[in-house]
Amino acid sequence: MSTTINSPAEPTTPAGKAADFLDQRTKIGVLTKQLVRKVFPDHWSFMLGEIALFSFVVLLLTGFFLTMFFEPSMELTEYHGEHPAQLHGQLMSVAFASTVEMSWEVRGGLLMRQMHHWAALVFLASMVVHMMRVFFTGAFRKPRELNWLVGTSLLILGLGAGFTGYSLPDDVLSGNGLRITDGVVKSIPVIGSYMSYFIFGGEFPGEHIIPRLFTLHILLIPALILALIGVHLFLMVLNKHTQYPGGGRTDKNVVGVPAVPVFATKMVGNFFIIFGVLALMGGTMAINNVWNYGPYDPSLVSAGAQPDWYMLFLEGSLRLMPGQGTEWVIAGYTLSLNVLIPAVVIPGMLFTFLFVYPFLEAKVTGDHREHHVLDRPRNRPVRTALGVAFLTAFIILAVAGSNDLLATHFVMSLNAITWALRILFFVGPVLAFWITKRICLGLQRKDRELVLHGHETGRIVRFANGEYIEVHRPVDEQERWLRVNYEAYRPLEIAPATDARGVRRKGYRSDRRWQRISRFFYEDRVEPVTPAELAAAHAHGEHDEIEAQRGTPELVSGSASGEREH
Amino acid sequence: MSENVNPTPSRDVTAAGTHGTVTHPDRFTDPGVPEHNPRLTDRDPKAAKRAERTVVLLFGVSILGSIATLVAYFLVRPDGTTEGVRLSNVLLGTAMAISLLAIGIAAVHWAKTLMSDRDYIEERHESRSSDEVRAVAAAGFKDGYEDSGLARRGVLKGAVFSALGLVALPIAVPLVSSVGGDWNVGKFRHTMWRSGMRLAYDPTGRPIKAADLTVGSVAHVIPDVPAEERETHEWITEKSKAVVLLVRLNPEDLKADQSPEGETWSYDGIVAYSKICTHVGCPVALYEQQTHHLLCPCHQSTFDMADGAKVVFGPANRPLPQLPITVDDEGYLVAQSDFKEPVGPSYWERLK
Repeated sequence: MSTTINSPAEPTTPAGKAADFLDQRTKIGVLTKQLVRKVFPDHWSFMLGEIALFSFVVLLLTGFFLTMFFEPSMELTEYHGEHPAQLHGQLMSVAFASTVEMSWEVRGGLLMRQMHHWAALVFLASMVVHMMRVFFTGAFRKPRELNWLVGTSLLILGLGAGFTGYSLPDDVLSGNGLRITDGVVKSIPVIGSYMSYFIFGGEFPGEHIIPRLFTLHILLIPALILALIGVHLFLMVLNKHTQYPGGGRTDKNVVGVPAVPVFATKMVGNFFIIFGVLALMGGTMAINNVWNYGPYDPSLVSAGAQPDWYMLFLEGSLRLMPGQGTEWVIAGYTLSLNVLIPAVVIPGMLFTFLFVYPFLEAKVTGDHREHHVLDRPRNRPVRTALGVAFLTAFIILAVAGSNDLLATHFVMSLNAITWALRILFFVGPVLAFWITKRICLGLQRKDRELVLHGHETGRIVRFANGEYIEVHRPVDEQERWLRVNYEAYRPLEIAPATDARGVRRKGYRSDRRWQRISRFFYEDRVEPVTPAELAAAHAHGEHDEIEAQRGTPELVSGSASGEREH
Repeated sequence: MSENVNPTPSRDVTAAGTHGTVTHPDRFTDPGVPEHNPRLTDRDPKAAKRAERTVVLLFGVSILGSIATLVAYFLVRPDGTTEGVRLSNVLLGTAMAISLLAIGIAAVHWAKTLMSDRDYIEERHESRSSDEVRAVAAAGFKDGYEDSGLARRGVLKGAVFSALGLVALPIAVPLVSSVGGDWNVGKFRHTMWRSGMRLAYDPTGRPIKAADLTVGSVAHVIPDVPAEERETHEWITEKSKAVVLLVRLNPEDLKADQSPEGETWSYDGIVAYSKICTHVGCPVALYEQQTHHLLCPCHQSTFDMADGAKVVFGPANRPLPQLPITVDDEGYLVAQSDFKEPVGPSYWERLK
């Protein structure tokens, strides 16, 4: 801090010399100067993205170990290992055999495999939860729309990484997953059959798919993920992190702790905790024991088969779609809507929603400003409700992906469960939307109530004239600021259909449509309390403050009659 | 985490209560960043010392965990048995978790108790660049374009874009075209079943005699091919289409099969249907004897084996294709021909 720039002192310490060496060649001092004490807002929910990042690091480390032993070949081989006994002498692909060998014979191999699998599940889960945080707090608004797109792309790549990795051991379970993929691809109109050939290098399963998935899994997809993580973090640093609302937090500043030491230490600590938890999971929780399923055989399938959790919604979507009347033949060509809708259209709608939402919301809000202070979810009722509605649909589909397990565990009719979920898929999100929106509006009203009248204290007093009141403790100015500092957006206002001379205005119809959507978003709203309203509330509720302010018993009537009531 | 709530209530309330006629601003004013609330470790040197000891202890635990991991690695070798592999895995994983978690918890505890938790404020600047910068950048592009001379040399411009547009093809065409094998999607239409080919048990390959099947029994069937042929890739791909599920029903229970007029595709209550689901291609494997229903474990499409394998529930649309069967001179079940329609999931040109 106290060194002056004008008199460059000769560095004496080894670290100083190294820094000098580096800086003379890279001017890295400029970058370090900005980053070393860069301010990061501190909140537990800002850690969710870190979990995704760190589980990805664990994926790279454990994945590297696995590539040392895994052989991505579909050559057939006889298993020579003594253990596990049920596989001895069986014909299987080299990929499957090497997976079993690395688990049973390589020290630490099973641990690395299990950690890798668990890390993949945690990676995707933390991405989804991180995305929920960003969505519900409005962190995707300008200038972060681009980073939202990068993040959504990362989610898709993550799904791709999970899918390609899951299929590599060439076991019965993942082989049937690939077969389902083949069936879905074939349902795509016009090019489906050719896409299937493109993927498998011929007919399913052929002898190319495992090496191809391997290359995608260890080279192409991780390279893209790494590149996009780079862009994601670069944009995060460039835009500076968002912050939750509160005293002194504005769109023009960032309030938080410096990168060095507090933020960096917590981040490193978080990394080790994630790594440790994954090691504990890999060490104690068995996952994907492929030797129990056996090598891929196209005539085998196990009951109660489940994909990894992130694929459950697709699986459930396929299961829910009724087959009758949904396969159309048009001019001799087959259109399998029973596959196309659940496996292509539904995920397509989900990701389209994710990609366009920031732009849609900005458009219907008429909002072109930069936002760096996050929204409290209650203050954007329709956004929050839409998010919950989509989540509800996602969860219903994931539950549908386990409908057979539900049926066997709870001894219920599979068909009844399927029908219930089919109906719920349409009704659930609507209900969830409505309930969430109502809860948000209710919470906003509660905020008003608290600002106007303060917190209930549970203390009842009686005045000399016999009147009872409950004492309210006024909110302090920090809390009040938190509860009033938001904007209740109004529906778009548009220019009239005709101009002053009665000529029809071009673009009016489109404006109308946008206004209608805007109404859907902002028709119902709760305005924040204004200082005038607060003053008015106090003018008629004067006793409260007098009591609360002084806290003296003089207005409380004597202990004989004026005790607290319950 | 550092959002400390100001403990002293505001004085505005009294002011607002006493003079209601004063004009009020439209919005409240920002009270500013709450004042710093010192933690126990800030106020009490003893608590700080305690926190320091805890952090040191945790780092110590991590060192022990690392040593324990190495000990487990070198001393507890997986001996190939289930127990041995499990023991090695649990010890390695747990010890490694201790070594990692202890560092993580130590770092977080250190940061939360001993490092300064004062809030700093940094200015933000608008994301966009200033108009001057934009003007310079735009001028740069304009000057560069003029320097290149492209504006004046129309033919050159055309040549550049044509060449660049076309050069993608030499890369893309082999990349796409070679990857799809022979692109002969007509193979979806046929399986290896031929007239007179015997039905054999999967996976043993033993041919099936009609007399061996009792009423109600079910068999997973593959075409009868020599054993060495069943150890190739081609076999796995062929098997993926050719597998059949065979059921012997009481002939009275058999309501219908898919035989057209004048042909008999079943034999004495024995019906053989493709095992590949017409939905997305899973092997349909769960047969329920009482109802004659066949359930696909993947997406629960249900087919009625006593009624032409019609779909009774689930996402499948079409019945499973039937394999026409009969018996040969020795009493073995044989195929009359290949399936009469493509097996498995629907695709665009299926009916062409």
